[in-house]
Amino acid sequence: MKEKMEAVAEQKIAIDLYKNGQNRKVMEPLFRWTSLVFAGLIVLSLAAMILVMVVESWPSITTFGIRFIWDTAWNPVTLEFGALPYIYGTVVSSIIAILVATPISIGCALFLTEMAPSWIRAPIGFLIELLAAIPSILFGLWGLFVFMPFVREYIQVPLNQFFGFIPLFAGEPRGLGMLSAGLLLAIMIIPIITALARDVISAVPSLQKEGALALGATKWEVMRKVILPYSRVGILGAVMLGLGRALGETMAVIMIIGNRPEINLSLLEPGQSMAGVIATQFNESIHSLHVSALIEIGLLLFLVTFLLNVIARFLIWKVSGGKNGVRVVQ
Amino acid sequence: MNSMYTDIRIRKVKNVAMHLLMVILTLIAVTPLISIVGYIAIKGYRVINWEFLTSLPAPPTMDGGGIGPAIVGTVKLVGLASLMGIPTGILTAIYLNEYGKSGAFASSVRFVIDVLIGTPSIVVGIAAFLFVVRPMGHFSLFAGSVALAIMIAPIVARATEEILRLVPDTLREASYALGVPKWRTIVSVVIPYATKGIVTGLMLGVARIAGETAPLIMTAFGSQFWNKSIFEPTSSLPKLIYSYSTTPYQNWIDKAWGAALVLIFMVLMLNIIARVLTRGKYSRLG
Repeated sequence: MKEKMEAVAEQKIAIDLYKNGQNRKVMEPLFRWTSLVFAGLIVLSLAAMILVMVVESWPSITTFGIRFIWDTAWNPVTLEFGALPYIYGTVVSSIIAILVATPISIGCALFLTEMAPSWIRAPIGFLIELLAAIPSILFGLWGLFVFMPFVREYIQVPLNQFFGFIPLFAGEPRGLGMLSAGLLLAIMIIPIITALARDVISAVPSLQKEGALALGATKWEVMRKVILPYSRVGILGAVMLGLGRALGETMAVIMIIGNRPEINLSLLEPGQSMAGVIATQFNESIHSLHVSALIEIGLLLFLVTFLLNVIARFLIWKVSGGKNGVRVVQ
Repeated sequence: MNSMYTDIRIRKVKNVAMHLLMVILTLIAVTPLISIVGYIAIKGYRVINWEFLTSLPAPPTMDGGGIGPAIVGTVKLVGLASLMGIPTGILTAIYLNEYGKSGAFASSVRFVIDVLIGTPSIVVGIAAFLFVVRPMGHFSLFAGSVALAIMIAPIVARATEEILRLVPDTLREASYALGVPKWRTIVSVVIPYATKGIVTGLMLGVARIAGETAPLIMTAFGSQFWNKSIFEPTSSLPKLIYSYSTTPYQNWIDKAWGAALVLIFMVLMLNIIARVLTRGKYSRLG
């Protein structure tokens, strides 16, 4: 009786093991391949994106050639397209944004890592990360009704009064324009650069800092001579990620830059950005060459942000010692 | 000696000055951001009531009306995009961390994920237009959610992979030692251990796409009515804020602020819940 029960039990285990083996034969490759297919799908989506954009912009690329980049004519009626005013608008507003945002972000990151007591550090760090998540359309709404009048009254008018003789600040302060767009972009990317720079700075080994302090350095000297040189490359990477974000930003810029495809030396004058012209003209374009030219602008935008991201991630990756240390803040 | 003494005083003064400067820079960074949230809360609060949240939009000069279709449209867009993008992202992360590891294909997938995360949303919008809108011949909710899915999948993949990497190998080995096959180990040991972290990544991804506007302009387009089918154009909160705020009609501008409050509430709630969830355990993503 006992032997029989043991035999049955053994048989059961054998069946289980067999089933398990069969299961393994089917399920293991199935699971592995499914996950592989989905990973492939992500690669495929990028490849398809690039391919379809190259194909669709081909008429424009062949018609205008390299001239597209420096031609200033943009005329959907005579079908002449040159992207220079838009490239100018995107580049200048982004440069303003970076020039303003970089020192503020580094100061803020140093404050958060080196100065602030932990009861301030946690809430402000939390706040900054939350603010990196605010949709850009809300920056645009606030920019249009709150920030733009402020810029006109307290930044543009004084600049124009005291430095109006410099061509950069000549013209009429009307609120809308390149300077306002650049400053709004700066506000948008400050949380992004700050969050990344803070991570890079907190990776500086405390031995280095303590060494400098032991030699009698003041706290500022530690920041200036130890922390900043040590984290320079990583901060550069953070700034480049911020720049990539500024270059590709659409909504906030549309609402405040003035949307006129002009090249003016004055920062008080309106302009238009690459992403902006796509968003405003894409649905209204009738002729296929017009659409094609807009897609070529999109392709250019993609290439520039692509290069920036590659360089930036390489820099941050190098600093974090080869660990995959870049977080999803964008 | 005397010169040394003054030198130290100068250095100390400089130290204090720079500290002050950093406090000021932090204030400059935080003030506009508080102003944004404050203005949206105050101006939005004035407009919001039950009718505003549930009814159809009214013509520009008429009182009443609301943003019901835009709220439903955003929820549908984000829901459908999540349905497509989240499984893709999670399975990709599983492949990367459990199978591909540091192989050549896995490395190139990671690279593609980085590139996609950095791609401007307007470019994704163009691609979705060419993929879906042009072949179908009209704008649709589906096209909008394809654009958003292309955006959320890489975000989820990256966040999930970071979390899976934190699952200790000893857990996997213990499971193997019991004779559990690898796929079962992933499903019943690795994923349950990482659930909280994965959910956090999902919520941050959803919050990110919920406010996207640019790709919706050329895909989901916009509409005055309730969306009846995913193959029809739909209204959405970000697009409505853009359209309403750039008109000269004061009551539409007021409604844009109301819609902004609804949108920022959704996005910030998702973020706050996500970050509170991960406090402590996965501080790297917190």
